[in-house]
Amino acid sequence: MDATLSETSFRKEAQTVQMPEEPPARRSGRLGDVIFLNLTRGAAILTLLLLAGILLSLVIGAWPSIREFGLRFLWTAEWDPVQEKFGGLVMIYGTLMTSLIALIIAVPVSFGIALFLTELSPKWLKRPLGTAIELLAAIPSIVYGMWGLLVFAPILSKYVQQPLQAVFTGVPVLGSLFSGAPVGIGILSAGIILAIMIIPFIAAVMRDVFEVTPPMLKESAYGVGATTWEVVWRVVLPYTKAGVVGGIMLGLGRALGETMAVTFVIGNFNQLNSLSLFEAANSITSALANEFAEATPGLHEASLIYLGLILFFITLVVLSFSKYLLLQLKKREGSRT
Amino acid sequence: MHAATSALKPGEKVKMTVRDLNFYYGKFQALKNINLEIPEKKVTAFIGPSGCGKSTLLRVFNRMFELYPDQRAEGEVNVDGDNVLTSKEDVALIRAKIGMVFQKPTPFPMSIYDNIAFGVKLFENLSKSALDDRVEWALRKGALWNEVKDKLGQSGTSLSGGQQQRLCIARGIAVRPEIILFDEPCSALDPISTAKIEELIDELKSDYTVAIVTHNMQQAARVSDYTAYMYLGDMVEFGETDQIFIKPKKKETEDYITGRFG
Amino acid sequence: MIAVPQPASADYRLPLHRRRKLINFIALALSLAAMAFGLVWLVWILWDTLWLGVQGLSASIFLQDTPPPNSDGGGLRNAIVGTLVMVLSATAVGTPIGILAGIYLAEYGQRGWLGSVTRFINDILLSAPSIVIGLFVYTIIVAQTRTFSAYAGVIALALIVIPVVIRTTENMLALIPNALREATFALGAPKWIMIRRVTLKAARAGVVTGVLLALARIAGETAPLLFTALSNQFFTLNMGEPMANLPVTIFKFAMSPFSNWQQMAWVGVFLITVGVLVLNILARVLFRQKH
Repeated sequence: MDATLSETSFRKEAQTVQMPEEPPARRSGRLGDVIFLNLTRGAAILTLLLLAGILLSLVIGAWPSIREFGLRFLWTAEWDPVQEKFGGLVMIYGTLMTSLIALIIAVPVSFGIALFLTELSPKWLKRPLGTAIELLAAIPSIVYGMWGLLVFAPILSKYVQQPLQAVFTGVPVLGSLFSGAPVGIGILSAGIILAIMIIPFIAAVMRDVFEVTPPMLKESAYGVGATTWEVVWRVVLPYTKAGVVGGIMLGLGRALGETMAVTFVIGNFNQLNSLSLFEAANSITSALANEFAEATPGLHEASLIYLGLILFFITLVVLSFSKYLLLQLKKREGSRT
Repeated sequence: MHAATSALKPGEKVKMTVRDLNFYYGKFQALKNINLEIPEKKVTAFIGPSGCGKSTLLRVFNRMFELYPDQRAEGEVNVDGDNVLTSKEDVALIRAKIGMVFQKPTPFPMSIYDNIAFGVKLFENLSKSALDDRVEWALRKGALWNEVKDKLGQSGTSLSGGQQQRLCIARGIAVRPEIILFDEPCSALDPISTAKIEELIDELKSDYTVAIVTHNMQQAARVSDYTAYMYLGDMVEFGETDQIFIKPKKKETEDYITGRFG
Repeated sequence: MIAVPQPASADYRLPLHRRRKLINFIALALSLAAMAFGLVWLVWILWDTLWLGVQGLSASIFLQDTPPPNSDGGGLRNAIVGTLVMVLSATAVGTPIGILAGIYLAEYGQRGWLGSVTRFINDILLSAPSIVIGLFVYTIIVAQTRTFSAYAGVIALALIVIPVVIRTTENMLALIPNALREATFALGAPKWIMIRRVTLKAARAGVVTGVLLALARIAGETAPLLFTALSNQFFTLNMGEPMANLPVTIFKFAMSPFSNWQQMAWVGVFLITVGVLVLNILARVLFRQKH
């Protein structure tokens, strides 16, 4: 550190024996300060403009469709490029449903993982396991998607879908829930692959916020005779509530906006006639991925951009909420210590 | 045989006996061969410079150290004839019997009422009215009832620091322990709150055996009946508080108490 | 005063306690199961990727270009080179902007509205759907120039790099103790010299970590390239035209019915996974050494 200081702070000229009367460094320093401040501030403002630019460009791009279909677009299921009739309900439903399935699977599993990593794991295992979970979060989503299509879907079809169909065919409600071509592709597969993808995110955030809990608070609960489970469930979880929900929202944001992991396994089929978990469906992101490059400029393209705008809006709300909650936790943490 | 070496006044009932206790943080030995008798329904204070092992000793009594993998204790801590360290009894039950209050107030993130009821509900299935009674009883014992009786539904964290600490004491009392351990309970509090806590400790000893760790010698002199002076993991001297503060037997104790070091 | 007598013995606690212990045991067992569940997927996915990827690995992967449908042979040369070109250019474009904005947040904008708003927006951008970034670049560039191009791809990826670098730069600078800043000011150094030559230097490892993580992040990004760089069956270094890249090629090949293409998709996924994991591990090692 000393080396850095002496090397950087004493300017080369100053090291000569003669002292300059008025160090020129000072004037250039002031000018440098102004330039540097504005340079960095410009970069910061650029990020602000980026968000505004995204919103604006999407609105402009989607405008023909917004003008034509208005808010009706949200609950119309028709998607007909030939007749130029567009509605986003199928994709919006697919996006929300796959994310919901993903959360239902991922939240309890992530909680279990975080609980294991913070309270149960032997010390020597803590770091390798934590690193493994974090690396799992770094794997590109295209890997999950392709693996889901080529490896997981056939297995899901053979060992889950077909047995379920064999049992429930003809049964009124359940039968229709499990109908569909036996290829293991559809809402459920997409939800499961999404779950596998967001588990590491949620688990990592949960672990981090659990570790924020003051040891003394946990010891107090142990001190009145609580078990590990009671300490985590009734003291740690309430204490870190905001952070945990923030982490879940972060995962939800990922799931909603994910393209590749969904596109591979959802089947890309615009239908809502069957709500079967195994029927091919569509999501906003997979519609964009599959149709956008080939869409004719005009209403079709504008409607796809409209879908993108809706997606951005949904994730914006979810992420803002998550950020707000995580901020709350940080604030409280600050006021406590 | 131990009666001969006992530092307790004749007629004092022994609640807890520590024999040949050694404690290790990994390879570091933090407590060296501690022998001690803690009298029932009296306040015993542990003093000494930081790092002397006084807090560590307290954390052995209710096996709190077990939460951390490389800490271990050897020896005996007998409570009513049963060795806490090797007891067949579950550690949760031991901790219910030996309550603890920490350096900083640690209200749970729930209402004042639930803070008190938390520990009670772990061990007893009480009716709503019985639970209400228990909460009131504990809060009265903790000298907090009058201040909080109109806002039991509020969060425990909304109270002032001193009130929070009394809430934690009441929370410990509510599970009806026999021994209460205080680990520097006033180190985060202002003088007025400290005085209230000290007063409370004085009242508690009519029902409970109290052990308190403090870095504040005046506090030890004010609240305790017996005082143990520890240094670098050794129990240097143990005896009646008056004797320790007025006429210590050992030179080291005298040096510490007169402020010549520490 | 309500009298609650002390209990005669602790036995009254036992019945409830046994049930609690059982619940505790079940909960902890489930937690262990969740951990195992998480790891099984990791091992399974990595195993398939490595196994199927290594099988398809050969010299021609690196020497030949992507084959037309239904033909044997071929490789991924154009896609590998395209990915390298675009990812590196995007990092080169995005890093300086990210570092500058990160410096602003850490050194100038701790207080004030611009700092907090930028921080908030940056967090939003950090997790914004990457396909929306692709749409954005499409509307402002591809739609205007009327051609898919590597330039558009680079800009889309750079927009993903910027928030990552901003976040890590700010966090790393925040770790530098204020005493170091004050010591530099005490020598009469102007603020920009202080930042450039002291704090930024002290936080260098962390900032490089951030850049590596950003690289890893965009190396596998597919969605934003779908309507910017698109893909190209042929080798090209011309940034003005569509350029092949690994992710989009994998997408196309994996969805195809040809087993030759699917095999090649596994190789592509293998290359990306290995690349991303190596970058991540490198970033970790670097960060751990310095902090």
